[in-house]
Amino acid sequence: MLNQKLLTSSHAPYWHNGSSISAKSYHIMLAALPALIMGIYQYGVPALRVVALSVSCAMIWEFLMDYVTKRPISIGDGNAAVIGLLFSMLLPATTPWWAVAVGTFVAIIVGKQIYGGLGCNPLNPTLVALAILMLSWKSLFNFDGALANYDLGFYMVYPLGAVKHFGTDSLMNYTLSGLFMGRQSGGLGATFGLGLVVGGIYLILRGYIRWEISASFLAGVFLTALFFNLADPARYANPVFHLLTGYTLIGAFFLATEDSSSPVNFVPMLVYGAGGGILTVLIRNIGAFADGSVFAILMMNIANPLIDKIRPRALGRRVEHA
Amino acid sequence: MITRPFWGLGKPRLNYPPIEMLKAGSLAEVALPSRIVLLVRGAYAENGNLLVKVGDRVKTGERLILTEDKQDYFISTATGLISNISSYTGYLEEPYTSISIDAEGEEQWDGEFERSGPSMSRREALRFFKSLPGEPVFASLINKEPPLEALVVNCTDKDLLVTTNQSILKSEFESLKQGVEILRAISGIKRVVVLVPEGMDVQIEAEDVYVIEIKPVYPATLPKMVVKNVFGREVPAGETCEAVGLGFINAEAVVALALAYKSRRLPVDKVITLIKKDGSCLNLKARIGTPAKDILNAFGIELAHGDRLIFGGPMTGEAIYSEDTPISYGTDAIMVQDREHIVRSSDLQCVNCGECVRACPAKVPVNMLVRLLQNGFYEEAANRYDLLSCIECGLCSYVCIARIPLFHYIMLGKYEFAKIKSAEEVNVESEATD
Repeated sequence: MLNQKLLTSSHAPYWHNGSSISAKSYHIMLAALPALIMGIYQYGVPALRVVALSVSCAMIWEFLMDYVTKRPISIGDGNAAVIGLLFSMLLPATTPWWAVAVGTFVAIIVGKQIYGGLGCNPLNPTLVALAILMLSWKSLFNFDGALANYDLGFYMVYPLGAVKHFGTDSLMNYTLSGLFMGRQSGGLGATFGLGLVVGGIYLILRGYIRWEISASFLAGVFLTALFFNLADPARYANPVFHLLTGYTLIGAFFLATEDSSSPVNFVPMLVYGAGGGILTVLIRNIGAFADGSVFAILMMNIANPLIDKIRPRALGRRVEHA
Repeated sequence: MITRPFWGLGKPRLNYPPIEMLKAGSLAEVALPSRIVLLVRGAYAENGNLLVKVGDRVKTGERLILTEDKQDYFISTATGLISNISSYTGYLEEPYTSISIDAEGEEQWDGEFERSGPSMSRREALRFFKSLPGEPVFASLINKEPPLEALVVNCTDKDLLVTTNQSILKSEFESLKQGVEILRAISGIKRVVVLVPEGMDVQIEAEDVYVIEIKPVYPATLPKMVVKNVFGREVPAGETCEAVGLGFINAEAVVALALAYKSRRLPVDKVITLIKKDGSCLNLKARIGTPAKDILNAFGIELAHGDRLIFGGPMTGEAIYSEDTPISYGTDAIMVQDREHIVRSSDLQCVNCGECVRACPAKVPVNMLVRLLQNGFYEEAANRYDLLSCIECGLCSYVCIARIPLFHYIMLGKYEFAKIKSAEEVNVESEATD
């Protein structure tokens, strides 16, 4: 019996298009590299330190949690590394080690693993961690204070903070092309607009993220900021400024598009993205925080299951009359 | 294997094989094996009162009645001795009776069909053509009162790489036309729609016969997609195409019917597309009941430990666990897959990427459905998440980035839901009688 020839049996289909979660994770990390390398170039070794620590901590937390809960070790799918990488990109280059360790713990354990792991998280784990850190240690995200020792040859005041506290007169210190090319302070991987756009477009074209979410998010930011700007140009910055500052671009291409917490149907994706964009500018312009992207996307994550109920009628489904 | 394109914005596009690949008249014939195994639908093996017994001598084309009361029958496809009768369980626990015939001596044809005369009545058709090659349940198609609104003759193939019907359309076009007329006569159906692959120049000049070209993109040839795209109708979820008045029949069955009336011999051969390990295909003709082993041996195909043997095509076929499994009336293709090419499923959770939702031709919310099916909520899956709208094309599993066996879960869900439904009906009936 030992030498008996056994055939592999399973259900159809017997072909697969070859896609995998790990390939997707690696492509997201690849697409994040241009903006990340620019950040490391600008801030030097301290930035690299934060990135390396964040990625490795995230993977260690994932490993430990898998081990403790006796589940298969899932760091191979690359998702923990993606979370760690994106988390580090949002941080100032001088973030202390304990904040990175705590942040990745929150992201991996509280943001993802306690719900059952990859795919079960209702909120974007990276943003859960960032929001908790922002609320718990507010000074960590005071970019002006954190980056006080840096002089990179451009105006080092955090643009969204400047516009919030000093009005649009402070915009004189920035040029739009400079903002787009990363000549602004902020998260270490979140300021280089060109790099984020190139990475985002690469992911869209390769089919790893959905253009509907990114485009509607940016449109939401632009249109809402435009209305504010038209209503009171002295208080509210112009819409392009909002597109290029804070976490807008990294949010549109890397954070709002996280699979598990975003919708899958066409109309819901548009609603979700646009809602995130609108909330971002609302929080920035009339809310308490300088940047609203984090809470805006988290709010839309919460609304996601409800929004995603808008879906096309399936083939042959009888129309129900209530 | 067709993999994901480098750029991936839209839906997957899987094309049917181009018709240039077909070579008319190049059907290789597999010799009659020493043992034929016939699978007859229904659990008769446990029944002690079978009219067919081990040791009975049968002739090719002989009509053999199984039990006195049910009048169910099968057609022997070889001449010899019945050597074994046992039960066999098929896909979704479908019960079959397996009847083995050891071929003996020179082939002799039974004359019952020949003697029945040249009449083409429905009664006669039901008496002899319970199954036709390419159409295992032919009887239900013609036995409708009033007749179906239209008959759809499918000269395309349902699955990828399969060219069975297309090659028959090329080589047996005249018989196809005769078969259509015979079908109209015995079924009473007036309108006939002939589906042909795009680019194949086919003209049939007859009243109420329409030729329609089908685009070669999977799953455009699946019946429910044809109903939607060609007829602009929708088959209600959970029902068959016959619910909207359309009967589907494969070109092979139509041709087999015409040839049967011409030669006065019942059809006993099946045309099969053999898909080899390297993806190359060839068409062959084999006796119905030939074990897969004999066909593979005839073409020198080695099956190693861990390989996969599939009856049907790469998207919807059925993996077979034994080389001794015989081909049947519905086996359009045999596919052999090397163990190196097998992509294993995972037990991961859905990551909600939405690829399946975009790929689904029936707009089923597969991402929500799989969450319910994994947890056994079959009724909710059917009532709220369109389980029964699935047209069974397999594209969701094909594109799943987490490699979840989605199609498997859906078929399990349909099966379990049907069981729940029938249990409920039994309860309602017993309450009514109490």
